[in-house]
Amino acid sequence: MKDIISLLTGIMFGAGICISGMVNPAKVIGFLDITGSWDPSLALAIAGGLTIMIIANLFAVKMNRPVYAEYWRLPTKDRLDTQLVMGSAVFGIGWGLGGFCPGPALTSIAYSNSTLLLGVAAYIMGVVLSLIVKSALSRRKERAIVNV
Amino acid sequence: MEIIQFDAMSAYGGGLIMGLSAMLLFLLRGDVAGVNGMVTGILNPIKGEVSWRILFLIGMVIGGYLYQGAGGVLETLEPVVEGNWVILAGLLVGIGATFGSGCTSGHGICGISRWSVRSIVATTSFMVSAIVTVYVIRYLVGGLS
Repeated sequence: MKDIISLLTGIMFGAGICISGMVNPAKVIGFLDITGSWDPSLALAIAGGLTIMIIANLFAVKMNRPVYAEYWRLPTKDRLDTQLVMGSAVFGIGWGLGGFCPGPALTSIAYSNSTLLLGVAAYIMGVVLSLIVKSALSRRKERAIVNV
Repeated sequence: MEIIQFDAMSAYGGGLIMGLSAMLLFLLRGDVAGVNGMVTGILNPIKGEVSWRILFLIGMVIGGYLYQGAGGVLETLEPVVEGNWVILAGLLVGIGATFGSGCTSGHGICGISRWSVRSIVATTSFMVSAIVTVYVIRYLVGGLS
């Protein structure tokens, strides 16, 4: 049952990305180009998603736990740090350059567009490289703590 | 600023469907619909936490096929950069979202909806940098060839 939920929600998510137009890089750039001919579509898509998720969180407060799981699995970090701000800024540069972010990029595989497939491959490479660097950084930090 | 003709219903409707998907994933399974988080969870695997993420991502691609099969209006995609620039864009998106702990879906929709300060800061950061990037490329550099 839990696996079926993952697959079905994934299908809905991908379809939503296509319906909203976010899967098309030219449309995303039209949204980010606020000084030119602005296309507000994406703001509406995000507003639509937020509307439902704000309601979902109100429900979650009333529920003891998720229907098919023991507990809510939310991120545990709550402090601001440089990695969060700088990483997000770098992500924004890539998003503004190519017009795709992870969700639409992966959904775009369904369109078999060779340029975007290259972008998806590069995106995955970027994630792999970052995970390697992050694990090296955290090992170094652990060693530093041991040395203290 | 002039606002171009756009289809408000499909934009908002698509967003509602994404929100509904994230809601079901959260209320039924307790999981966050953050796409970059799913990708990092697959590439940096924890036992028992991989298959559901793969299924969600496969689902997204199936969703894309179904949209086209159902006669979706958007027939072809228009990439904005080619070659080395698209590779650079992909790398920056992957590196940035991984160090920034999330992307548009995880921070922008799920995180903000529960008023996470980290997500509000991250979303502000990537929105501003994306808008500035588009401005620099379009109006200062005059486009990339």
